[in-house]
Amino acid sequence: MRTVLDPTGERQTSARELLPRPSSLRGRRVGLLDISKARGDVVLDRLEELLTADGAVVHRYRKPTFARTAPVDLRHEIAEQCEVVIEALAD
Amino acid sequence: MGATVGSVLLSDGLVAVVKRDCPTCVLVEPVLRELGAAVWCQDDAGWFDGDDTELELSYRLGIETVPTLMRVEGGTETARVVGWSREQWEGLTGVTGLGPGLPEHRPGCGSLSVDPGRIDALEARYGGSGLSSRRVELADLEDEHEALFDRGWTDGLPVVPPTPERVLRMLRGTPRDPREVVAVVPPDLVECTVEKVAVNAVMAGCLPEHLPVVLAALEAACAEEFALHGLLATTYFSGPLIVVNGPVARRIGMNSGVNALGQGNRANATIGRALQLVERNVGGGRPGEVDRATLGNPGKTTFCFAEREEDSPFAPLAADRGVPGDAVTLFAGSGVQPVVDQLSRDPESLARTFAACLRVNAHPKLPMAFDAMLVVSPEHGRVFREAGWDRARLLAELDGLLTLPAGELLRGVGGMAEGVPANLAGADLPKFRPGGLLVAHAGGDAGLFSAIIGGWVSGEAGSSPVSREVHA
Repeated sequence: MRTVLDPTGERQTSARELLPRPSSLRGRRVGLLDISKARGDVVLDRLEELLTADGAVVHRYRKPTFARTAPVDLRHEIAEQCEVVIEALAD
Repeated sequence: MGATVGSVLLSDGLVAVVKRDCPTCVLVEPVLRELGAAVWCQDDAGWFDGDDTELELSYRLGIETVPTLMRVEGGTETARVVGWSREQWEGLTGVTGLGPGLPEHRPGCGSLSVDPGRIDALEARYGGSGLSSRRVELADLEDEHEALFDRGWTDGLPVVPPTPERVLRMLRGTPRDPREVVAVVPPDLVECTVEKVAVNAVMAGCLPEHLPVVLAALEAACAEEFALHGLLATTYFSGPLIVVNGPVARRIGMNSGVNALGQGNRANATIGRALQLVERNVGGGRPGEVDRATLGNPGKTTFCFAEREEDSPFAPLAADRGVPGDAVTLFAGSGVQPVVDQLSRDPESLARTFAACLRVNAHPKLPMAFDAMLVVSPEHGRVFREAGWDRARLLAELDGLLTLPAGELLRGVGGMAEGVPANLAGADLPKFRPGGLLVAHAGGDAGLFSAIIGGWVSGEAGSSPVSREVHA
Protein backbone atom coordinates (compact mmCIF):
# COMPACT_ATOMS: atom_id res chain seq x y z
CA MET A 1 0.00 0.00 0.00
CA ARG A 2 1.41 3.37 -0.99
CA THR A 3 0.27 6.53 0.67
CA VAL A 4 0.40 10.03 -0.74
CA LEU A 5 -0.64 13.30 0.85
CA ASP A 6 -3.52 15.27 -0.62
CA PRO A 7 -2.06 18.36 -2.35
CA THR A 8 -5.38 20.20 -2.52
CA GLY A 9 -6.92 22.76 -0.20
CA GLU A 10 -9.25 19.96 1.05
CA ARG A 11 -12.14 22.38 0.92
CA GLN A 12 -15.60 21.11 1.61
CA THR A 13 -18.01 22.99 -0.59
CA SER A 14 -21.47 23.47 0.81
CA ALA A 15 -24.32 22.59 -1.51
CA ARG A 16 -27.18 25.05 -1.70
CA GLU A 17 -30.56 24.63 -3.30
CA LEU A 18 -31.17 26.88 -6.31
CA LEU A 19 -34.18 29.12 -6.10
CA PRO A 20 -36.96 28.10 -8.47
CA ARG A 21 -36.55 29.60 -11.92
CA PRO A 22 -39.04 32.45 -12.43
CA SER A 23 -41.61 31.77 -15.14
CA SER A 24 -41.42 35.37 -16.35
CA LEU A 25 -39.11 38.36 -15.92
CA ARG A 26 -42.02 40.83 -15.91
CA GLY A 27 -41.65 43.13 -12.91
CA ARG A 28 -38.48 41.36 -11.72
CA ARG A 29 -35.36 43.30 -10.81
CA VAL A 30 -32.55 42.06 -13.07
CA GLY A 31 -28.87 42.89 -12.49
CA LEU A 32 -26.41 43.54 -15.31
CA LEU A 33 -22.76 43.93 -14.26
CA ASP A 34 -20.39 45.70 -16.62
CA ILE A 35 -16.93 44.24 -15.95
CA SER A 36 -15.25 47.24 -17.64
CA LYS A 37 -14.11 45.48 -20.78
CA ALA A 38 -13.93 47.39 -24.03
CA ARG A 39 -17.36 47.63 -25.67
CA GLY A 40 -19.03 45.71 -22.87
CA ASP A 41 -21.43 48.63 -22.60
CA VAL A 42 -22.60 48.02 -26.18
CA VAL A 43 -23.84 44.53 -25.50
CA LEU A 44 -25.24 45.45 -22.08
CA ASP A 45 -27.14 48.47 -23.49
CA ARG A 46 -28.80 46.17 -26.00
CA LEU A 47 -29.59 43.59 -23.32
CA GLU A 48 -31.15 46.29 -21.17
CA GLU A 49 -33.36 47.36 -24.09
CA LEU A 50 -34.55 43.81 -24.65
CA LEU A 51 -35.14 43.09 -20.98
CA THR A 52 -36.99 46.35 -20.44
CA ALA A 53 -39.20 45.55 -23.42
CA ASP A 54 -40.05 42.27 -21.67
CA GLY A 55 -41.13 44.22 -18.59
CA ALA A 56 -38.03 43.54 -16.45
CA VAL A 57 -36.65 46.26 -14.16
CA VAL A 58 -32.94 46.52 -15.02
CA HIS A 59 -30.28 47.66 -12.55
CA ARG A 60 -26.83 48.41 -13.96
CA TYR A 61 -23.56 47.88 -12.04
CA ARG A 62 -19.93 48.30 -12.95
CA LYS A 63 -16.68 46.76 -11.65
CA PRO A 64 -13.71 49.14 -11.36
CA THR A 65 -11.55 46.78 -13.46
CA PHE A 66 -12.09 43.53 -15.32
CA ALA A 67 -8.76 42.27 -14.01
CA ARG A 68 -9.94 41.92 -10.43
CA THR A 69 -12.86 40.33 -8.67
CA ALA A 70 -15.83 42.55 -7.89
CA PRO A 71 -15.47 44.40 -4.58
CA VAL A 72 -17.35 42.84 -1.66
CA ASP A 73 -19.60 45.90 -1.29
CA LEU A 74 -20.64 45.70 -4.94
CA ARG A 75 -21.47 42.02 -4.65
CA HIS A 76 -23.52 42.76 -1.55
CA GLU A 77 -25.33 45.58 -3.31
CA ILE A 78 -26.26 43.32 -6.24
CA ALA A 79 -27.46 40.58 -3.91
CA GLU A 80 -29.61 43.05 -1.95
CA GLN A 81 -31.15 44.79 -4.92
CA CYS A 82 -31.73 42.07 -7.50
CA GLU A 83 -33.99 39.08 -7.82
CA VAL A 84 -32.43 37.73 -10.99
CA VAL A 85 -28.85 37.87 -12.23
CA ILE A 86 -28.00 36.90 -15.77
CA GLU A 87 -24.70 35.03 -15.54
CA ALA A 88 -22.63 34.96 -18.68
CA LEU A 89 -19.01 35.16 -19.72
CA ALA A 90 -17.90 37.19 -22.67
CA ASP A 91 -14.79 38.83 -23.96
CA MET B 1 6.35 -6.73 33.88
CA GLY B 2 7.48 -5.04 30.69
CA ALA B 3 7.00 -2.04 28.46
CA THR B 4 5.23 -1.75 25.13
CA VAL B 5 7.19 0.32 22.66
CA GLY B 6 5.04 0.74 19.59
CA SER B 7 4.28 -2.79 18.47
CA VAL B 8 7.20 -4.24 20.47
CA LEU B 9 6.96 -5.65 23.99
CA LEU B 10 10.11 -5.09 26.05
CA SER B 11 10.65 -7.30 29.11
CA ASP B 12 12.16 -6.00 32.30
CA GLY B 13 15.88 -6.61 32.52
CA LEU B 14 18.74 -5.83 30.20
CA VAL B 15 17.94 -4.75 26.67
CA ALA B 16 20.48 -4.06 23.93
CA VAL B 17 20.30 -2.79 20.35
CA VAL B 18 23.08 -3.82 17.96
CA LYS B 19 23.91 -4.18 14.31
CA ARG B 20 26.06 -6.90 12.87
CA ASP B 21 27.88 -4.48 10.60
CA CYS B 22 29.34 -2.74 13.67
CA PRO B 23 32.71 -4.16 14.83
CA THR B 24 32.06 -3.05 18.41
CA CYS B 25 28.75 -4.95 18.43
CA VAL B 26 30.55 -8.07 17.17
CA LEU B 27 33.16 -7.51 19.89
CA VAL B 28 30.58 -7.44 22.69
CA GLU B 29 28.48 -10.36 21.40
CA PRO B 30 29.86 -12.83 24.01
CA VAL B 31 29.24 -10.30 26.80
CA LEU B 32 25.62 -9.80 25.75
CA ARG B 33 25.06 -13.58 25.57
CA GLU B 34 26.69 -14.06 28.98
CA LEU B 35 24.44 -11.38 30.47
CA GLY B 36 21.33 -12.96 28.93
CA ALA B 37 20.24 -9.56 27.63
CA ALA B 38 17.28 -9.22 25.24
CA VAL B 39 19.20 -8.17 22.13
CA TRP B 40 17.60 -6.54 19.09
CA CYS B 41 19.58 -6.46 15.89
CA GLN B 42 19.04 -3.84 13.19
CA ASP B 43 20.54 -5.57 10.16
CA ASP B 44 20.41 -9.33 10.74
CA ALA B 45 17.18 -10.85 11.96
CA GLY B 46 18.86 -14.12 12.86
CA TRP B 47 21.81 -12.90 14.89
CA PHE B 48 19.98 -12.59 18.22
CA ASP B 49 16.41 -13.32 19.26
CA GLY B 50 15.23 -9.74 18.71
CA ASP B 51 14.54 -8.66 15.12
CA ASP B 52 14.56 -4.89 14.67
CA THR B 53 15.27 -4.83 10.96
CA GLU B 54 12.17 -2.62 10.59
CA LEU B 55 13.96 -0.23 13.02
CA GLU B 56 10.75 0.53 14.87
CA LEU B 57 12.20 -0.16 18.30
CA SER B 58 15.41 1.73 17.49
CA TYR B 59 13.43 4.73 16.26
CA ARG B 60 11.02 4.79 19.17
CA LEU B 61 13.78 4.38 21.76
CA GLY B 62 15.82 7.15 20.13
CA ILE B 63 18.83 4.89 19.56
CA GLU B 64 21.67 6.92 18.05
CA THR B 65 24.62 4.60 18.61
CA VAL B 66 25.06 0.82 18.58
CA PRO B 67 25.58 -1.01 20.76
CA THR B 68 23.21 0.62 23.22
CA LEU B 69 22.65 -1.22 26.48
CA MET B 70 19.63 -0.33 28.64
CA ARG B 71 18.14 -1.47 31.91
CA VAL B 72 14.34 -1.70 32.00
CA GLU B 73 12.62 -1.88 35.40
CA GLY B 74 8.91 -1.85 36.01
CA GLY B 75 8.33 -1.11 32.32
CA THR B 76 10.58 1.95 32.37
CA GLU B 77 14.08 2.49 31.09
CA THR B 78 16.23 3.39 34.07
CA ALA B 79 19.74 3.41 32.63
CA ARG B 80 21.48 3.50 29.24
CA VAL B 81 25.07 3.32 27.98
CA VAL B 82 26.35 3.47 24.42
CA GLY B 83 29.39 1.83 22.82
CA TRP B 84 31.54 -0.51 24.90
CA SER B 85 33.02 0.63 28.19
CA ARG B 86 33.73 -2.09 30.74
CA GLU B 87 33.37 0.33 33.60
CA GLN B 88 30.02 1.67 32.41
CA TRP B 89 28.63 -1.75 31.48
CA GLU B 90 29.62 -3.11 34.88
CA GLY B 91 28.02 -0.11 36.53
CA LEU B 92 24.77 -0.58 34.63
CA THR B 93 24.55 -4.36 35.04
CA GLY B 94 26.06 -4.70 38.51
CA VAL B 95 28.16 -7.58 37.12
CA THR B 96 31.92 -7.45 37.42
CA GLY B 97 34.61 -8.92 35.24
CA LEU B 98 32.72 -8.44 31.96
CA GLY B 99 34.53 -9.26 28.72
CA PRO B 100 37.90 -10.09 30.24
CA GLY B 101 39.61 -10.31 26.85
CA LEU B 102 38.19 -7.01 25.58
CA PRO B 103 39.77 -3.57 25.62
CA GLU B 104 38.58 -1.15 28.31
CA HIS B 105 36.73 0.99 25.88
CA ARG B 106 35.60 0.93 22.27
CA PRO B 107 33.29 3.51 20.66
CA GLY B 108 30.16 2.27 18.91
CA CYS B 109 28.79 2.91 15.41
CA GLY B 110 25.91 4.98 14.15
CA SER B 111 22.45 3.50 14.51
CA LEU B 112 20.65 2.70 11.25
CA SER B 113 17.61 4.49 12.68
CA VAL B 114 19.39 7.84 12.38
CA ASP B 115 20.78 7.15 8.92
CA PRO B 116 19.91 10.22 6.81
CA GLY B 117 18.62 7.91 4.08
CA ARG B 118 16.13 6.25 6.41
CA ILE B 119 15.10 8.82 9.01
CA ASP B 120 12.34 10.38 6.88
CA ALA B 121 10.69 7.05 6.21
CA LEU B 122 10.88 6.13 9.92
CA GLU B 123 9.47 9.46 10.97
CA ALA B 124 6.65 9.12 8.48
CA ARG B 125 5.87 5.59 9.64
CA TYR B 126 6.36 5.75 13.38
CA GLY B 127 6.73 9.38 14.35
CA GLY B 128 4.03 11.77 15.30
CA SER B 129 4.91 13.36 11.96
CA GLY B 130 2.81 16.46 12.56
CA LEU B 131 1.53 16.22 8.99
CA SER B 132 -2.13 17.04 8.75
CA SER B 133 -2.88 16.59 5.04
CA ARG B 134 -5.38 13.91 4.20
CA ARG B 135 -3.63 10.61 3.50
CA VAL B 136 -4.67 8.98 0.27
CA GLU B 137 -4.04 5.25 -0.03
CA LEU B 138 -3.32 4.13 -3.55
CA ALA B 139 -4.57 0.67 -4.43
CA ASP B 140 -1.97 -1.97 -5.20
CA LEU B 141 -3.09 -2.23 -8.81
CA GLU B 142 -3.01 1.51 -9.42
CA ASP B 143 -0.04 2.89 -11.29
CA GLU B 144 1.02 5.70 -8.97
CA HIS B 145 1.66 8.21 -11.76
CA GLU B 146 -1.62 7.44 -13.47
CA ALA B 147 -3.36 7.69 -10.09
CA LEU B 148 -2.15 11.27 -9.65
CA PHE B 149 -3.21 12.21 -13.17
CA ASP B 150 -6.61 10.64 -12.54
CA ARG B 151 -7.14 12.76 -9.44
CA GLY B 152 -6.52 15.94 -11.41
CA TRP B 153 -3.44 16.93 -9.42
CA THR B 154 -0.94 17.39 -12.23
CA ASP B 155 -0.30 20.11 -14.79
CA GLY B 156 -0.16 17.66 -17.67
CA LEU B 157 3.31 16.37 -16.84
CA PRO B 158 4.01 13.56 -14.38
CA VAL B 159 4.59 14.61 -10.78
CA VAL B 160 6.68 13.06 -8.02
CA PRO B 161 4.23 11.18 -5.74
CA PRO B 162 4.03 13.20 -2.49
CA THR B 163 4.58 10.42 0.03
CA PRO B 164 4.70 11.41 3.71
CA GLU B 165 8.44 10.72 3.89
CA ARG B 166 9.16 12.92 0.87
CA VAL B 167 7.06 15.72 2.32
CA LEU B 168 8.85 15.44 5.67
CA ARG B 169 12.17 15.63 3.85
CA MET B 170 10.96 18.69 1.93
CA LEU B 171 9.93 20.37 5.18
CA ARG B 172 13.53 20.14 6.40
CA GLY B 173 14.21 22.90 3.89
CA THR B 174 12.56 25.47 6.15
CA PRO B 175 12.47 26.11 9.88
CA ARG B 176 8.85 27.24 9.57
CA ASP B 177 6.05 25.32 11.28
CA PRO B 178 4.24 23.07 8.76
CA ARG B 179 0.92 24.42 10.07
CA GLU B 180 1.81 28.05 9.48
CA VAL B 181 -0.39 29.75 6.89
CA VAL B 182 1.76 31.18 4.10
CA ALA B 183 -0.91 32.87 2.02
CA VAL B 184 -4.56 32.86 1.06
CA VAL B 185 -4.54 31.42 -2.45
CA PRO B 186 -7.04 32.50 -5.11
CA PRO B 187 -9.32 31.79 -6.82
CA ASP B 188 -10.89 29.71 -4.03
CA LEU B 189 -9.24 31.87 -1.34
CA VAL B 190 -7.87 28.87 0.55
CA GLU B 191 -5.47 29.29 3.46
CA CYS B 192 -2.31 27.51 2.33
CA THR B 193 0.02 26.08 4.97
CA VAL B 194 3.76 25.47 4.73
CA GLU B 195 2.88 21.75 4.60
CA LYS B 196 0.63 22.15 1.53
CA VAL B 197 3.37 24.11 -0.21
CA ALA B 198 5.78 21.28 0.63
CA VAL B 199 3.40 18.66 -0.78
CA ASN B 200 3.17 20.54 -4.07
CA ALA B 201 6.90 21.26 -4.10
CA VAL B 202 7.57 17.52 -3.85
CA MET B 203 5.23 16.96 -6.78
CA ALA B 204 6.98 19.66 -8.79
CA GLY B 205 10.34 17.95 -8.25
CA CYS B 206 11.86 20.50 -5.86
CA LEU B 207 14.69 19.81 -3.45
CA PRO B 208 14.27 20.89 0.18
CA GLU B 209 16.66 23.81 -0.36
CA HIS B 210 14.29 25.18 -3.00
CA LEU B 211 11.39 25.40 -0.56
CA PRO B 212 12.20 28.83 0.95
CA VAL B 213 12.15 30.34 -2.54
CA VAL B 214 8.80 28.70 -3.31
CA LEU B 215 7.38 30.01 -0.03
CA ALA B 216 8.54 33.55 -0.79
CA ALA B 217 7.19 33.32 -4.34
CA LEU B 218 3.79 32.23 -3.06
CA GLU B 219 3.67 35.07 -0.55
CA ALA B 220 4.50 37.54 -3.29
CA ALA B 221 2.05 36.02 -5.77
CA CYS B 222 -0.78 36.25 -3.26
CA ALA B 223 -0.12 39.89 -2.34
CA GLU B 224 -3.22 41.93 -3.13
CA GLU B 225 -1.48 44.15 -5.69
CA PHE B 226 -0.33 41.14 -7.73
CA ALA B 227 -3.99 40.31 -8.50
CA LEU B 228 -3.41 36.57 -8.88
CA HIS B 229 -7.11 35.80 -9.31
CA GLY B 230 -7.39 38.06 -12.33
CA LEU B 231 -4.04 36.90 -13.67
CA LEU B 232 -5.25 33.31 -13.53
CA ALA B 233 -8.70 34.03 -14.91
CA THR B 234 -7.69 36.32 -17.76
CA THR B 235 -8.11 35.43 -21.41
CA TYR B 236 -4.64 37.01 -21.86
CA PHE B 237 -1.42 34.99 -22.12
CA SER B 238 0.20 35.78 -18.79
CA GLY B 239 1.08 33.85 -15.67
CA PRO B 240 3.41 34.35 -12.71
CA LEU B 241 7.11 34.78 -13.54
CA ILE B 242 9.64 34.54 -10.71
CA VAL B 243 13.00 36.36 -10.79
CA VAL B 244 15.36 35.34 -7.97
CA ASN B 245 18.07 37.62 -6.55
CA GLY B 246 20.76 37.21 -3.93
CA PRO B 247 23.25 34.53 -2.86
CA VAL B 248 20.43 31.98 -2.47
CA ALA B 249 20.20 31.65 -6.24
CA ARG B 250 23.72 30.28 -6.64
CA ARG B 251 23.52 28.31 -3.40
CA ILE B 252 20.56 26.27 -4.64
CA GLY B 253 22.00 25.91 -8.12
CA MET B 254 19.77 28.25 -10.09
CA ASN B 255 20.63 29.25 -13.63
CA SER B 256 21.13 32.90 -14.56
CA GLY B 257 23.43 32.19 -17.49
CA VAL B 258 23.26 30.13 -20.68
CA ASN B 259 19.61 29.38 -21.54
CA ALA B 260 18.45 31.14 -18.34
CA LEU B 261 14.87 31.41 -19.62
CA GLY B 262 14.90 27.89 -21.00
CA GLN B 263 14.88 24.28 -19.87
CA GLY B 264 17.46 22.10 -18.20
CA ASN B 265 17.98 23.55 -14.71
CA ARG B 266 16.20 21.76 -11.91
CA ALA B 267 15.86 24.71 -9.52
CA ASN B 268 14.54 27.09 -12.17
CA ALA B 269 12.15 24.51 -13.55
CA THR B 270 10.74 23.14 -10.32
CA ILE B 271 10.38 26.36 -8.31
CA GLY B 272 8.20 27.92 -10.98
CA ARG B 273 6.28 24.69 -11.36
CA ALA B 274 5.70 24.38 -7.60
CA LEU B 275 4.06 27.81 -7.52
CA GLN B 276 1.81 26.84 -10.40
CA LEU B 277 0.84 23.54 -8.73
CA VAL B 278 -0.07 25.34 -5.49
CA GLU B 279 -2.24 27.71 -7.49
CA ARG B 280 -3.88 24.76 -9.21
CA ASN B 281 -4.28 22.31 -6.35
CA VAL B 282 -4.71 24.55 -3.32
CA GLY B 283 -6.22 27.61 -4.96
CA GLY B 284 -8.36 25.61 -7.37
CA GLY B 285 -7.20 27.49 -10.46
CA ARG B 286 -7.45 25.11 -13.39
CA PRO B 287 -7.39 25.78 -17.13
CA GLY B 288 -10.82 25.67 -18.69
CA GLU B 289 -12.41 26.42 -15.33
CA VAL B 290 -11.37 29.73 -13.75
CA ASP B 291 -8.33 29.95 -16.06
CA ARG B 292 -9.87 31.19 -19.32
CA ALA B 293 -6.70 31.95 -21.32
CA THR B 294 -7.35 32.12 -25.04
CA LEU B 295 -3.90 30.72 -25.86
CA GLY B 296 -1.81 30.86 -22.69
CA ASN B 297 1.95 30.52 -23.01
CA PRO B 298 4.47 27.74 -22.30
CA GLY B 299 5.74 29.69 -19.27
CA LYS B 300 2.49 29.04 -17.45
CA THR B 301 3.86 25.57 -16.64
CA THR B 302 6.97 27.10 -15.09
CA PHE B 303 8.74 30.44 -15.52
CA CYS B 304 11.54 31.17 -13.09
CA PHE B 305 15.13 32.34 -13.45
CA ALA B 306 17.86 34.00 -11.44
CA GLU B 307 19.18 37.44 -12.30
CA ARG B 308 22.82 37.41 -13.39
CA GLU B 309 24.21 39.75 -10.76
CA GLU B 310 27.86 39.32 -11.67
CA ASP B 311 29.05 41.74 -14.37
CA SER B 312 25.58 43.32 -14.45
CA PRO B 313 25.37 47.02 -15.25
CA PHE B 314 22.39 47.17 -12.89
CA ALA B 315 21.86 46.76 -9.16
CA PRO B 316 19.96 43.54 -8.36
CA LEU B 317 16.35 43.91 -9.49
CA ALA B 318 14.79 43.25 -6.08
CA ALA B 319 17.33 45.49 -4.33
CA ASP B 320 16.38 48.34 -6.67
CA ARG B 321 12.79 47.67 -5.67
CA GLY B 322 13.63 47.95 -1.97
CA VAL B 323 14.29 44.30 -1.07
CA PRO B 324 18.06 43.70 -0.93
CA GLY B 325 19.69 40.28 -0.55
CA ASP B 326 17.83 37.01 -1.07
CA ALA B 327 14.55 37.93 -2.73
CA VAL B 328 12.00 37.04 -5.36
CA THR B 329 10.25 39.41 -7.72
CA LEU B 330 6.94 38.26 -9.17
CA PHE B 331 5.88 39.59 -12.53
CA ALA B 332 2.78 38.79 -14.57
CA GLY B 333 4.72 37.49 -17.56
CA SER B 334 3.60 36.40 -21.00
CA GLY B 335 5.83 34.93 -23.67
CA VAL B 336 9.31 35.90 -24.74
CA GLN B 337 9.88 38.29 -27.63
CA PRO B 338 13.42 38.30 -29.04
CA VAL B 339 15.40 41.52 -29.46
CA VAL B 340 18.28 41.37 -31.95
CA ASP B 341 20.91 44.10 -32.23
CA GLN B 342 24.35 42.91 -33.32
CA LEU B 343 25.67 46.27 -34.42
CA SER B 344 25.02 48.83 -31.67
CA ARG B 345 28.14 49.57 -29.64
CA ASP B 346 26.92 52.69 -27.85
CA PRO B 347 24.11 52.87 -25.31
CA GLU B 348 22.02 55.44 -27.18
CA SER B 349 21.78 53.22 -30.27
CA LEU B 350 21.04 50.11 -28.26
CA ALA B 351 18.38 51.93 -26.24
CA ARG B 352 16.69 52.97 -29.49
CA THR B 353 16.59 49.29 -30.53
CA PHE B 354 15.05 48.35 -27.21
CA ALA B 355 12.47 51.12 -27.53
CA ALA B 356 11.52 50.10 -31.06
CA CYS B 357 10.96 46.52 -29.93
CA LEU B 358 9.20 47.49 -26.70
CA ARG B 359 6.82 49.71 -28.60
CA VAL B 360 5.07 46.68 -30.09
CA ASN B 361 4.41 45.14 -26.66
CA ALA B 362 0.82 43.81 -26.97
CA HIS B 363 0.15 46.26 -29.82
CA PRO B 364 2.21 49.15 -31.23
CA LYS B 365 -0.77 51.48 -30.86
CA LEU B 366 -1.66 50.66 -27.24
CA PRO B 367 0.14 52.83 -24.65
CA MET B 368 0.05 52.47 -20.84
CA ALA B 369 -1.96 49.28 -21.12
CA PHE B 370 0.49 46.43 -20.61
CA ASP B 371 3.66 46.10 -18.53
CA ALA B 372 6.84 44.43 -19.77
CA MET B 373 10.15 43.10 -18.49
CA LEU B 374 13.28 43.71 -20.53
CA VAL B 375 15.94 41.04 -19.93
CA VAL B 376 19.29 42.47 -21.01
CA SER B 377 21.91 39.89 -21.98
CA PRO B 378 25.56 40.15 -20.87
CA GLU B 379 26.83 41.28 -24.28
CA HIS B 380 24.21 44.02 -24.46
CA GLY B 381 24.69 44.76 -20.79
CA ARG B 382 28.41 45.37 -21.36
CA VAL B 383 27.56 48.32 -23.62
CA PHE B 384 25.66 49.98 -20.78
CA ARG B 385 28.19 49.00 -18.11
CA GLU B 386 31.11 50.43 -20.04
CA ALA B 387 29.14 53.63 -20.65
CA GLY B 388 28.25 53.89 -16.95
CA TRP B 389 24.51 53.53 -17.49
CA ASP B 390 22.63 52.03 -14.58
CA ARG B 391 18.99 50.87 -14.60
CA ALA B 392 17.59 54.32 -13.84
CA ARG B 393 19.60 55.87 -16.68
CA LEU B 394 18.42 53.27 -19.18
CA LEU B 395 14.79 53.60 -18.03
CA ALA B 396 14.96 57.38 -18.34
CA GLU B 397 16.26 57.03 -21.89
CA LEU B 398 13.54 54.53 -22.76
CA ASP B 399 10.87 56.79 -21.22
CA GLY B 400 11.89 59.53 -23.59
CA LEU B 401 12.03 57.25 -26.61
CA LEU B 402 8.70 55.67 -25.75
CA THR B 403 6.70 58.86 -25.29
CA LEU B 404 4.47 58.52 -28.28
CA PRO B 405 2.42 61.16 -30.11
CA ALA B 406 -1.24 60.16 -29.93
CA GLY B 407 -1.63 61.00 -33.59
CA GLU B 408 0.19 57.74 -34.37
CA LEU B 409 -1.94 55.76 -31.98
CA LEU B 410 -5.51 56.81 -32.70
CA ARG B 411 -8.08 54.24 -33.67
CA GLY B 412 -8.05 53.82 -37.43
CA VAL B 413 -4.58 55.24 -37.97
CA GLY B 414 -2.46 53.00 -40.16
CA GLY B 415 -5.56 51.22 -41.34
CA MET B 416 -5.91 49.51 -37.94
CA ALA B 417 -9.09 49.86 -35.91
CA GLU B 418 -7.18 49.18 -32.68
CA GLY B 419 -5.75 52.20 -30.89
CA VAL B 420 -6.58 54.99 -28.45
CA PRO B 421 -9.85 56.98 -28.59
CA ALA B 422 -10.05 60.20 -30.54
CA ASN B 423 -10.36 62.35 -27.42
CA LEU B 424 -6.64 61.75 -26.75
CA ALA B 425 -5.61 63.38 -30.05
CA GLY B 426 -2.80 65.86 -29.58
CA ALA B 427 -1.50 64.27 -26.35
CA ASP B 428 1.90 62.66 -25.84
CA LEU B 429 1.36 59.21 -24.31
CA PRO B 430 3.95 57.06 -22.52
CA LYS B 431 4.09 53.45 -23.70
CA PHE B 432 4.59 52.31 -20.11
CA ARG B 433 3.04 53.60 -16.91
CA PRO B 434 5.60 54.64 -14.26
CA GLY B 435 7.03 51.39 -12.87
CA GLY B 436 5.47 49.36 -15.66
CA LEU B 437 8.78 48.45 -17.33
CA LEU B 438 11.17 46.21 -15.39
CA VAL B 439 14.77 45.64 -16.44
CA ALA B 440 16.78 42.55 -15.47
CA HIS B 441 20.12 41.06 -16.51
CA ALA B 442 20.51 37.41 -17.49
CA GLY B 443 21.85 35.07 -20.12
CA GLY B 444 24.96 33.39 -21.47
CA ASP B 445 28.22 35.13 -22.28
CA ALA B 446 27.72 35.13 -26.03
CA GLY B 447 24.91 36.61 -28.07
CA LEU B 448 23.94 40.17 -28.89
CA PHE B 449 20.33 39.36 -28.08
CA SER B 450 18.05 40.49 -25.30
CA ALA B 451 14.48 39.52 -24.47
CA ILE B 452 11.21 41.27 -23.84
CA ILE B 453 8.82 39.39 -21.63
CA GLY B 454 5.42 40.86 -22.23
CA GLY B 455 3.37 41.59 -19.14
CA TRP B 456 -0.31 41.92 -18.40
CA VAL B 457 -2.78 44.69 -17.67
CA SER B 458 -0.74 47.11 -15.68
CA GLY B 459 -0.93 48.72 -12.28
CA GLU B 460 -4.08 49.32 -10.28
CA ALA B 461 -6.33 48.06 -13.07
CA GLY B 462 -4.37 44.81 -13.19
CA SER B 463 -1.16 43.50 -11.67
CA SER B 464 1.80 45.25 -10.08
CA PRO B 465 5.13 43.43 -9.68
CA VAL B 466 5.85 42.32 -6.11
CA SER B 467 9.23 41.69 -4.43
CA ARG B 468 9.58 39.70 -1.21
CA GLU B 469 12.50 38.54 0.90
CA VAL B 470 13.45 34.86 0.84
CA HIS B 471 13.85 33.65 4.43
CA ALA B 472 16.37 30.89 4.99
